[in-house]
Amino acid sequence: MITALDVCGLSVQRGERVLFRDLSFRARAGEAVALVGANGAGKTSLLRAVAGFITPAAGRVSFEGARDADEARRAHCHLLGHLDGLKTSRSAREEVVFQARWVGADAARALAAARRLGVERQLDLDVRRLSAGQRRRIALVRLIAAERSLWLLDEPLAPLDLAARALVGKLMSEHLGRGGLILAAVHDPLPIAARTVQVGA
Amino acid sequence: MSALWALVEREISLAWGRGGGPLLAVGFLAAVTTLAPLALGPAPGPLAAVAAGVTWVALALASLLALERLFERDFEDGALDLLALGPLPLEIVAAVKCLAQWLVNGAPLALAAPIAAIALGAPVRAALLIIAVSALGGIAFAFLGGTGAALALASRRGGLLVAVIVLPLLIPPVIFGGAAIGGFEQGLPWLSGLALLGAYALAAAALAPFAMAGACRNALS
Repeated sequence: MITALDVCGLSVQRGERVLFRDLSFRARAGEAVALVGANGAGKTSLLRAVAGFITPAAGRVSFEGARDADEARRAHCHLLGHLDGLKTSRSAREEVVFQARWVGADAARALAAARRLGVERQLDLDVRRLSAGQRRRIALVRLIAAERSLWLLDEPLAPLDLAARALVGKLMSEHLGRGGLILAAVHDPLPIAARTVQVGA
Repeated sequence: MSALWALVEREISLAWGRGGGPLLAVGFLAAVTTLAPLALGPAPGPLAAVAAGVTWVALALASLLALERLFERDFEDGALDLLALGPLPLEIVAAVKCLAQWLVNGAPLALAAPIAAIALGAPVRAALLIIAVSALGGIAFAFLGGTGAALALASRRGGLLVAVIVLPLLIPPVIFGGAAIGGFEQGLPWLSGLALLGAYALAAAALAPFAMAGACRNALS
């Protein structure tokens, strides 16, 4: 379990362009951090650097409570990008069950989480027939099904309606209450109390 | 372990659904088998002489058909992020994808290949060897095609790139397999061709996952 995330002097460069320089913050268990900044400021790149996909030009990301960064990322991180990662040709049930089993839960927990997110009636439909908001709910199922301490979320609320935003806010508070951490790139404010970190500019 | 099985099930189901699944590859083989006599002339002599070779080349190309987009869909819809952050290393994920591809496309092709070759005039006694060669060759083709597909990620006109990267790598297994079948038909030593093909397939299966995982990580960064 990750007890703290430490971002220290981080600089990320894409090609010739420096997105942000010398960014430092620390998030402890039970804390949510909202990353704000203009479009293209590097919020997504910061999330991907924390997830280990992008090698930073300078600085480092470290996780407390895990053996090493690789173990932290593989076993204690949920990354939900702005793409939902769902196969349009498969049924929602196949996708939630696969995603949940892939991150260490089982089918029963996946279905319980789907019920929690209010998508149990959509499970037998192909993903291509679902709306953007329904797809996002389906993509959120794995976060609830498998307990992992650090949530890395990229615009998690964008396609969701008001009821779903309230629900996700509730799920986020429960996650923080269990000692989880949330790092979310947002334009709209998060529905929970969160510290704001400005990215870029 | 549960994650591995979940991945295997998913990849088989995706390979089955992707672009018509095995029907496309086997259909391509059947089309070549039907067209070859029309182009080469119906005389059984010359046709029988090239039957196994034509089948073998058709099989090599057919097994590449479905591979072009092996990683692309996962890359485009964000699923590759999830696969990269899972409990298994990307090398294993890539190997599972190629093996599922082989199981769904390569194995049916290996069973269809002797039928195609015999229809063109190859001797019936070569059927078992053709199955063995096709099955082994299919493993090599799946892993090489997967490497091309991974390298082409995040580049426009990736399909062309796959052909350029993969074609030279396909030459050795095509030669070894052709030598095994040709040698057997003419009563020459053929075991060495089969052994070399097997060695090549094993080397591809052992090395290609590292190339695929590296290419995927590069595309994700």
